Amino acid sequence: MVQPLNYLKETASQTAGPYVHIGLIPGMAGFDIFEKNFTNVLVGPNTKGERITIEGRVLDGTGTPLRDVLLEIWQANAAGRYNHPADRSSGELDADFRGWGRAGSDFESGLITFETIKPGVTTDKAGRRCAPHVNVWIVARGINIGLNTRLYFSDEEAANAADPVLNLIDQPARRSTLIATRNERGGKTVYSFTINLQGPEETVFLDV
Amino acid sequence: MSAQAADTDVRHNRPAPSFGDGGFFQRDRSIHPPLHAPGYKSSVLRSPRQALLSLESSVSEITGPVFGHNDIGPLDNDLIKNYAKDGDPVGERIVVHGRVLDETGRGVPNTLVEFWQANAGGRYRHKKDTYLAPIDPNFGGCGRALTDASGYYYFRTVKPGPYPWRNFVNSWRPAHIHFSVFGSGFAQRLITQMYFEGDPLIPVCPILTTIPDPEALSRLVASLDLNASLPLDSLAYRFDIVLRGSRSTFFENRPEGN
Ligand SMILES: [Fe+3]
Repeated sequence: MVQPLNYLKETASQTAGPYVHIGLIPGMAGFDIFEKNFTNVLVGPNTKGERITIEGRVLDGTGTPLRDVLLEIWQANAAGRYNHPADRSSGELDADFRGWGRAGSDFESGLITFETIKPGVTTDKAGRRCAPHVNVWIVARGINIGLNTRLYFSDEEAANAADPVLNLIDQPARRSTLIATRNERGGKTVYSFTINLQGPEETVFLDV
Repeated sequence: MSAQAADTDVRHNRPAPSFGDGGFFQRDRSIHPPLHAPGYKSSVLRSPRQALLSLESSVSEITGPVFGHNDIGPLDNDLIKNYAKDGDPVGERIVVHGRVLDETGRGVPNTLVEFWQANAGGRYRHKKDTYLAPIDPNFGGCGRALTDASGYYYFRTVKPGPYPWRNFVNSWRPAHIHFSVFGSGFAQRLITQMYFEGDPLIPVCPILTTIPDPEALSRLVASLDLNASLPLDSLAYRFDIVLRGSRSTFFENRPEGN
């Protein structure tokens, strides 16, 4: 016999179901209950950085947009610093930027939008520079365990080419599934993305 | 009912690492439902078919949003009162309580726990729910709490009813409460469901039985906890939630060339 390690086991995941809005975005379920709500707007009036809109859809294996999906994003501020004590990098914290938001897809179009700022370059444990990116977590009816992926920016070609995570993807063509496309629309900067759950363009999902 | 002192049931006796620094324990996917689970039909078109890309936790994963008492309101953990219009909601009054722990047995302090559920008749307050059981005018069906310094949380509600759903002709969900938990890093993010001891619908639920490991499944079933019940008022159920543990950093990794 040996000494037991006695680690606990992680609680099993279960689907968020079709009514995830009730708990996480009750306004979308059709009622008002909390005084303070979490939203898809990450910026306040004093947030530093370039204002951007991120918008897109999540498509199922037939190419149909999911209309009951919920996304959360988590990102560094404009100086490349996450608002969390485990980030010991030297970038300045921004008191007006938590770096996290959640959004439900539109019940008709499936469109998901976030109002945020473009994150700065972050540094990994080995001291390598990581291209600006937004971490994405996806839950919905039919998704048994939240899917993690990232969004990178189409106008950061050099940084993307050197990014340690993008370079872990064997097939260069699949790296493009993580890159949101920059457009200007009505004076606003919009990055568009498509997340494909299946098919030839299947998005790269991460086991983080 | 009172919170257990921090670390009274730490199972693992190494010194506490500074949190998250070494990254999270590799996720044991054999205790989770697979993404592609044909018995749960909605998963068929919504599950990736390529292998996931495994990443060692970086700063993007060991960090995550921090929440505080400013983010929530005083009634947010009281589902009996937080949507009451002209009285209490219909149903069995219950308290749900437990701890959020990590895999080393340590409590996860100050983390946001969110929960939502159907009313006592099995109907959700949601514009897309058309089940014929009535909406309860005094029940919203959602709440949230921050864990205390030991990882303890509690809330009051009514027991949700089971409800039918379109999967097989006779698919019914056991009574359940949906939970969302954050932890300290974004890689700990978890959504799950809590079930109730003794429910005969548990072994025939196409969603619950996507979990391949019977022990992992039984850990989603809350125990009736008479010791925590409020006499002549509410029954109590105990539900602990375990998030991924974080590795210690025994030695600082130095990249080559530094
Ligand atoms: Fe449900």
